[in-house]
Amino acid sequence: MALSKIWVYAEATEGKVSNTTLELLTKARDLAEVVECVYAGGDAEAVAADLGAHGATTVYTTGDLGGSLEGVPVAAAIASLVEGGNVPDAILFATSYGGRDVAGRLSAKLDRTVITNNVDLELDGDSLVCTEPVFGGTTDVKTRFTGPTPYLVLVRPKSFAAEPSGGGPAAVQTVPVPDTGVAGSARVLNRHVEERQGPSLDDADIVVSGGRGLGEPEKYAMIEELAKLLGGAPGASRAIVDAGWVPYAYQVGQTGKVVKPTVYIAAGISGATQHMVGMKGSKNIIAINKDPEAPIFSVSDLGIVGDVHKVLPALIDALRARA
Amino acid sequence: MNVVVCVKQIPDPADPGALDPETKTLKRDTKLILDESDSYGVEMALQLVDAAGGGEVTLVSMAPNNEVGGLRTALAMGATKAILISDPVLAGSDALGTAKVLAAAIRRVEGAELILTATESSDGYTGTVPEQIAGLLDLPSITFAKHVEVVDGTVKVQRQTDAGYDEVECPTPAVVSVTAGVVEPRYPSFKGIMAAKSKPVDQLTVADLGIDASQVGWAGAGQEIVSIQEAPSREAGEIVEDDGEGFAKIVAYLENLKVI
Repeated sequence: MALSKIWVYAEATEGKVSNTTLELLTKARDLAEVVECVYAGGDAEAVAADLGAHGATTVYTTGDLGGSLEGVPVAAAIASLVEGGNVPDAILFATSYGGRDVAGRLSAKLDRTVITNNVDLELDGDSLVCTEPVFGGTTDVKTRFTGPTPYLVLVRPKSFAAEPSGGGPAAVQTVPVPDTGVAGSARVLNRHVEERQGPSLDDADIVVSGGRGLGEPEKYAMIEELAKLLGGAPGASRAIVDAGWVPYAYQVGQTGKVVKPTVYIAAGISGATQHMVGMKGSKNIIAINKDPEAPIFSVSDLGIVGDVHKVLPALIDALRARA
Repeated sequence: MNVVVCVKQIPDPADPGALDPETKTLKRDTKLILDESDSYGVEMALQLVDAAGGGEVTLVSMAPNNEVGGLRTALAMGATKAILISDPVLAGSDALGTAKVLAAAIRRVEGAELILTATESSDGYTGTVPEQIAGLLDLPSITFAKHVEVVDGTVKVQRQTDAGYDEVECPTPAVVSVTAGVVEPRYPSFKGIMAAKSKPVDQLTVADLGIDASQVGWAGAGQEIVSIQEAPSREAGEIVEDDGEGFAKIVAYLENLKVI
């Protein structure tokens, strides 16, 4: 038995639909007969092809939000659809800045629970069961919705593999944003893009992350150098992000990015539960740490018990010699 | 300027405890401490009140068993007073139930211009409570703030994004969630610790807030835990002591994967 209808909150940057959106659409097809999207942006016609090719038949769009933060207006638009009788069984959101804002607002507006940080979804009769990893991914908690629909679900990126359905472009239907008053008054005035070279943490095949074991901020240059030599992306533990060594955008972990590269190299990272949630799914994990008891070694395919200040320079030299 | 900071008191992450398979809640037999994620909001509130030339920082927290350990830490840092909601009916509350309780408590604080929260707690990490509180109070909100200023009734925020940050603003009163690490939380001074002991902590129940018990706890959660299982674990692989040739092991491993 399947659910009748699931909505996916679609996100795109400059006309390119996010990978997580496509992952959610793929999973939604398994769970429901009809899959539709909600999208906030002026370019719904442009993204409708990709959304349709992954199973969405309709895209409800608010149009361009004119600089508003998306949480309030999008939640209001979805609520107006639901209150008007168009009620999906579930709405899936990516665990992203925007996804969390919209899901939280909508939860308060519709008085529905939202189940967060899920990595798997399955049917249970008319309900949905979500799997959430806790305690650094050592324990899986399965939670079932018991209240009225729509069920609100936040899903972590890279939980499913995106596969096209071969569908044609989704039909675009405009949904007006109701007046949200002062609550909807947050405006984006300027956007700042921090330049970084090489692949993004999301897309990189190889991720090299550094942690507190590097000792001082200047040593992070070794992580960047190694990532560059391997054609990968540099990442970081929360400890050194909190300490201000690198920007938040570098952070891998529970707070931060979930990465699943072919190779993950953790240098001077002990493996706090906070970090493990974000990288445990990597295909191959290499760890360098001077503490043989560091938890990171329990998930490593290759562990080097040693000083990062000796191992990293030698590794960089060896790779340079090959280039 | 008066600022409210929502703070959570959690088991020490160094000793996180476990889920009780019987009650399906976090075992909380250990002493609770101030969630480190919330120490940034407390520090930011103190700095904003200073910059505004004065005002009160009120803490709002929901915790079992009238726990005040974490609140005392934040009061010792310099917060003025606290509201603590503690009630057996709150066990099993989901994020929305928690937000209903915190929002009702925030309504009791006179003239709050700003409500600060962390982006998510270190233990439950739903990350939805700030937006739910704002929704329930019908206030504007800006999440993931790394820099906050209040100028003439407008809150100006640098908000984290995937690519960098956005400059975002809205009128006060507003809810702002603060990312970790953006300010340096002060250590409580001895004087602060002593003063904290006599600062007021208003202890309330769900009924005091005028909330129906069916809205919170297990009853209000709209969800039930069906299983708690050990996750499939990764097998640890080869662990070697670096003898000066550790790097060569890594090179060989990468060669074997054909990534170099």
